Amino acid sequence: MAKGWDAQARQGYALIAPPFLYAALILAAPLLTILAYSFLTDGYLTVVRDFTWANYVQVWTDPIVRTVMLRSLMVSALVTLVTVLLAFPVAYYVSFMIRPEKKATWLFLITIPFWTSYLIRVFLWKVILGYNGVINSGLTGLGIIDEPLTFILYNVNSIVITLAHAYAPFAILPIFVALEKIDRSLLEAGRDLGESRVMTFLRVTLPLAMPGVLAAVLIVFIPTIGDYVTPELIGGGKIPMIANLIQVQMLALDNRPLGSALAVTTMAIVAIVSIVFLLINRRFLKVRS
Amino acid sequence: MTDDRKPMIECRGVHKHYGDYHALRGIDLTIRAGEFFSLLGPSGCGKTTLLRTIAGFEDISDGAILIDQKHMGDVPANKRPTNMVFQSYAIFPHLTVAQNVAFGLRRDPRGRAEKAALVDESLAMVGLRGFGNRAAHALSGGQRQRVALARALILKPKVLLLDEPLSALDRKMREQMQVELIKLQRQVGITFVLVTHDQEEALVMSDRIAVMFEGEIAQLDGPEALYARPANRRVADFIGVMNFLPARILGEQGGGATVEVPGLGVVELPERQISRANPDDAGPTIGFRPETMTLVGPNQTHGQPRETNATIDEVVYYGDMTYYDLRLDGAAAMDGKARPVRISMRNVFGRDVQEVGTRTRLAWSPGSLVLFR
Repeated sequence: MAKGWDAQARQGYALIAPPFLYAALILAAPLLTILAYSFLTDGYLTVVRDFTWANYVQVWTDPIVRTVMLRSLMVSALVTLVTVLLAFPVAYYVSFMIRPEKKATWLFLITIPFWTSYLIRVFLWKVILGYNGVINSGLTGLGIIDEPLTFILYNVNSIVITLAHAYAPFAILPIFVALEKIDRSLLEAGRDLGESRVMTFLRVTLPLAMPGVLAAVLIVFIPTIGDYVTPELIGGGKIPMIANLIQVQMLALDNRPLGSALAVTTMAIVAIVSIVFLLINRRFLKVRS
Repeated sequence: MTDDRKPMIECRGVHKHYGDYHALRGIDLTIRAGEFFSLLGPSGCGKTTLLRTIAGFEDISDGAILIDQKHMGDVPANKRPTNMVFQSYAIFPHLTVAQNVAFGLRRDPRGRAEKAALVDESLAMVGLRGFGNRAAHALSGGQRQRVALARALILKPKVLLLDEPLSALDRKMREQMQVELIKLQRQVGITFVLVTHDQEEALVMSDRIAVMFEGEIAQLDGPEALYARPANRRVADFIGVMNFLPARILGEQGGGATVEVPGLGVVELPERQISRANPDDAGPTIGFRPETMTLVGPNQTHGQPRETNATIDEVVYYGDMTYYDLRLDGAAAMDGKARPVRISMRNVFGRDVQEVGTRTRLAWSPGSLVLFR
């Protein structure tokens, strides 16, 4: 019996060895390099191999870093909130209102934005939201406004709009899966026990969909905090996020140790937020099965 | 059972269409207060649809449903005085047992302590005392069902609807739950409406049974009447085992008839043994239950008025019972078709089970025959 398990375990290890090596090479190795850099000293065009805490001291004391970090967290949180709030009705609609044989088509349609590059989609939002963009020229042409709206480009609003759109499918899919798993007779039971549709939603559907919602939150939150293309293009470079700061340190200023310390700090903060959400999620999953 | 109890559920000409499919074809039905009522039929006969229209989960296309003399036309499921035990039990997986049972008490004005006591009392009633803090997923099938019962009965509904509640349980558990449900129903006095495809279950538990085929009620009767005097061949075939033999009508006198049955000879049947509601055109048919005839040994005497010689084709031993498939002498005389009949005998200690191929005698009485025409 034990022997059989050993053989099975060996087979399992053999199966995961190639992807494991691949992941170690392209994921773990660069991460460890970044971690190592963050403790080294910056020299002119080089990195001096002297251990120092100075980079972290600078990251944690610099008011600019703090402002940008808080702004990034705030924007990511806002993007996550908007995305998940918009994604939930879509997922709900596809799961509950669409006939089973048509659901695959709907999911397919939801993934259509992925057919174009992320960069092009961001540019398109610039075209839509810009000073002479679709919205402004449309509204001016209709005589609704006299001057172009300025609050929709080169600010946080436009970043949130663009990112929320870009990450919508990532939020829709996990919520959809969670909703699909709900036994429909549970909803009838809720109604049967005297609750209205709204109360049944709040007391049955929503708690059971929470694992999907929390997954969506993580899937949207983690990449948005590291996004630097959208702030650059849509924000007009005037409202940098933490990723832009890292990019500037790493490339423009060639201060790799400081850039690395920034990156590691950001990763740590994201990790803490993620762990909190995972713990909440575990609470929901535990009761479930 | 008295017939003067007030009607609790009235269905008047209820129709249900799903597109082209006519699921319920004019159901007229009155279920009395405090009754244990069953809707029995094969899958697809509309019994579950009928239950769901009573619960309010399905709209009806035509007709009316009244519960406790009130029209239910515009009343949504959550406002009806009914509660349901679902086939899958529908226990909320994110709640504990106690939270499941207390689910419907949210708007109850009573205090927290009072509600908790009520939940404990409900759980005790279904034999789950002390299970309140368990997670719903940690329960067995039988326990889930009990939670579903407690959750519905705690609301003191006028009608409890049960949708095949025992179909997921193993045989032992099912038989135990049947008895418990009967006791529970007597204890709480609530009208129970059970949907089942299991005729035995319906016979065991119900005061009255509506047998349904293809969206119509074929017969509505008490269990004994249903078993002894099925309205037509189809009902007879669905409820228990019934042997069918073709019959030729020789003459009619009053309401009765004289018929010739291959293998059994000429018999006279009074009116109460004749069923005239025979939808299929198979021609006149004689039916009898396996336990109404007796195999007798070579020198054994019996008190039955009639006797037929037969050969044993097959023996099926069940422990307490043995089924014998017999070929009656002369049964094939009419058209050459072999017509095996099945006889059941209670196994008595000291009497041997007879073997295949044995020539034997079958003792019977015309009183056990039913004529379908």
